[in-house]
Amino acid sequence: MTALVIRGGHLIDPAAGVDAVKDLLLKDGRVAEIAGLGKLKQANGAEVLDATGLVVSPGLIDMHVHLREPGQGYKETIATGTAAAAAGGFTAVAAMPNTVPVNDSPEVTRWMQAPERGAAIRVFPIAAATRGSKGEALNDYAALKSAGAVAVSDDGRPILKDNIMRETLTAAARVGLSVIQHAEDTRLTQSAGGSASMNLGPMSFKLGLRGMPPEAESSMVERDIRLVTELREVRAHLHVAHTSTAAALAAVRQARRNGLRVTCEVAPHHFLLTEEHVGLYSTNAKMNPPLRSAADRDAMIEAILDGVVDAIATDHAPHAVHEKEVEFDSAPNGIIGLETALGLSLRWLHKEWKMPLGRVLGLLSAQPAALLNLKGRGTLIVGSFADVVVFDPKAEWTYRAVETKSKSRNTPFDGWTMQGKVRWTISEGRVAFASAPE
Amino acid sequence: MGDLSLDEVSRILARATALENEDPLVRDRILAKRRVALLFYESSTRTRTSFELAAKGLGADTTLVSSLSSSIEKGESLKDTGLTLKALGAEAIILRNAFSGAAWLLEAVTCLPVLNAGDGMHEHPTQALLDLRTILAHLRPGVQSVTAETLAGVTVSIVGDILHSRVARSNMLLLPRLGARVVLCGPKELLPDLAAHVGPGITIERDFEAALRQSQAVMMLRIQAERLSGLQVDLEEYKTRYQLTGQRLAAFAPSALVLHPGPIIRGLELTAGVADGPQSVILEQVRNGVAIRMAVVERALKSTEQGGRA
Repeated sequence: MTALVIRGGHLIDPAAGVDAVKDLLLKDGRVAEIAGLGKLKQANGAEVLDATGLVVSPGLIDMHVHLREPGQGYKETIATGTAAAAAGGFTAVAAMPNTVPVNDSPEVTRWMQAPERGAAIRVFPIAAATRGSKGEALNDYAALKSAGAVAVSDDGRPILKDNIMRETLTAAARVGLSVIQHAEDTRLTQSAGGSASMNLGPMSFKLGLRGMPPEAESSMVERDIRLVTELREVRAHLHVAHTSTAAALAAVRQARRNGLRVTCEVAPHHFLLTEEHVGLYSTNAKMNPPLRSAADRDAMIEAILDGVVDAIATDHAPHAVHEKEVEFDSAPNGIIGLETALGLSLRWLHKEWKMPLGRVLGLLSAQPAALLNLKGRGTLIVGSFADVVVFDPKAEWTYRAVETKSKSRNTPFDGWTMQGKVRWTISEGRVAFASAPE
Repeated sequence: MGDLSLDEVSRILARATALENEDPLVRDRILAKRRVALLFYESSTRTRTSFELAAKGLGADTTLVSSLSSSIEKGESLKDTGLTLKALGAEAIILRNAFSGAAWLLEAVTCLPVLNAGDGMHEHPTQALLDLRTILAHLRPGVQSVTAETLAGVTVSIVGDILHSRVARSNMLLLPRLGARVVLCGPKELLPDLAAHVGPGITIERDFEAALRQSQAVMMLRIQAERLSGLQVDLEEYKTRYQLTGQRLAAFAPSALVLHPGPIIRGLELTAGVADGPQSVILEQVRNGVAIRMAVVERALKSTEQGGRA
């Protein structure tokens, strides 16, 4: 494998405490050497990428994406989803198991990681917690872990039953996996007449849409925390997916004060948008959990800034155009997000709300790596994987959904101004994405 | 309903009266041979017939597509059905659909004027306009153009299954803009507290008799069994608390107008005596529907002539 030098960039590696101009040598898929400007010792013959004026950071890690394969290649494939990820600066994604069939077996877990899938960057499968994600019978976590699964989840659905969730937390802790919960008490959001399709409030009433109460999320998080408390001696790790309500964050905050292993992620749409964005039935503002009230949105921002939120994750959920071009109630949940996460985080968390760049990048790399226990990722210390993103932190650009590398273009951020343009994404020493220089 | 300015409401009311009084032979030439499609995904008697009579009364050709006798049964999407109607020459589509917001989708994908004849639990704007025409005829006779004060001092109670009612939503968004107070009345499961936060001028009164006492007009609603989706309502208890009986009317609102968008269920939300009684304007509402719908169909097709939309 050829060697690659990234020269003259501003290296920000929050996990290693580095924040300085450095040259990097990448060799055989690993970080081989880091030195001051022009001081690399082993760089002879290496291809050079000039990163002057750019930020060099550990490649971004999205711990919550839907790549739709196997089974729904018309929405997205592992190849197209990871191409979009690379364009967004990501070098690793954790893929949720709600595929067709559900990824509840070592076979599917291995299939997703096979070279034939044509992934541009590293894919880490998250395996289903229960058979078929039906919430009834646990899968074999040891077998799934040795096939490459990095966590278990029934994402898209909750693990509703107390006893099953208790068993899941216990069994996952035994093999060292975290349990990622889609916290939704479906008894409050689904009825015989159909599912609720947006946040419950004056807006849903006015639009004549059935609403999902915030308690559907927070009561499930509170239940899960109660179980983790009961299971204190097994050191279960509960991770709350796509947190969207102030009440759920408050529960997580309290659990942490009590010393429990309870972590959470927030998606960019939940810290930027509110239920008002549904407007006149825009299906690109339909997702689960739904866009919430302004007070909930503000609670997301506050918790990101004060450190209660452990990771920013996109919940990238591609759907074909024809699936979203229907009545609001009939449209599937979800939006794509891999190409906009960095640009939105830098534009809003860093520029607008003054979060230090290193902390923003930590939420998008070092912290998700730690949550999923991805050894040698989320940092660029010598010896770690050569997963790097190089971007221009000052560049402003406009996101155009038609130009996406994803197969789908269901996004509410079409036409939004982004900050921070990805110049190169390097996955294990190989350039996975390069944009034209300005 | 919120999109329509009071000037536009006034123009529609004035055109409704003008068209109603017009010589049928002259009226017949206004939209001669223009094509209007009625696309009905839910059953309807009043709305469908009055839209059809309204369009025909202006000389337009109408065609009815209903979900039970069309390719909709075979799984054709709203988009494709709309595009098909457009390809067949439809210049405007009148849509009744079980999904809230369907009219916006159809307008976006066909770029045709779409008249919302009721979308799910969302809105039924022409019903609110014909209700307004009925209320004005009795409480503000002679008034043709409306302002923010036209209904000052008037309280209209809307009673029953507010949660599932598009008629309630359109009325509660329209009437307060003319200065009226809207009092919503019904049990919690059919009228959540947050309904009061939908717009200004809306309050909730759980006690039916207290609501009646304040009202110059009472709008009774049917319990929408088709949209209850598992919700249990004890009908006997409901009748005890919310049925409009002759006794209640005489005791608490002896001069109020009684409205109902239909279909009425005699013996449930109101008694036969009230439905047929002197305070009832239910059939007048139906007649006003034709006049209002003539005005809005004309408005929709005139907008395309001016290159406004299509």
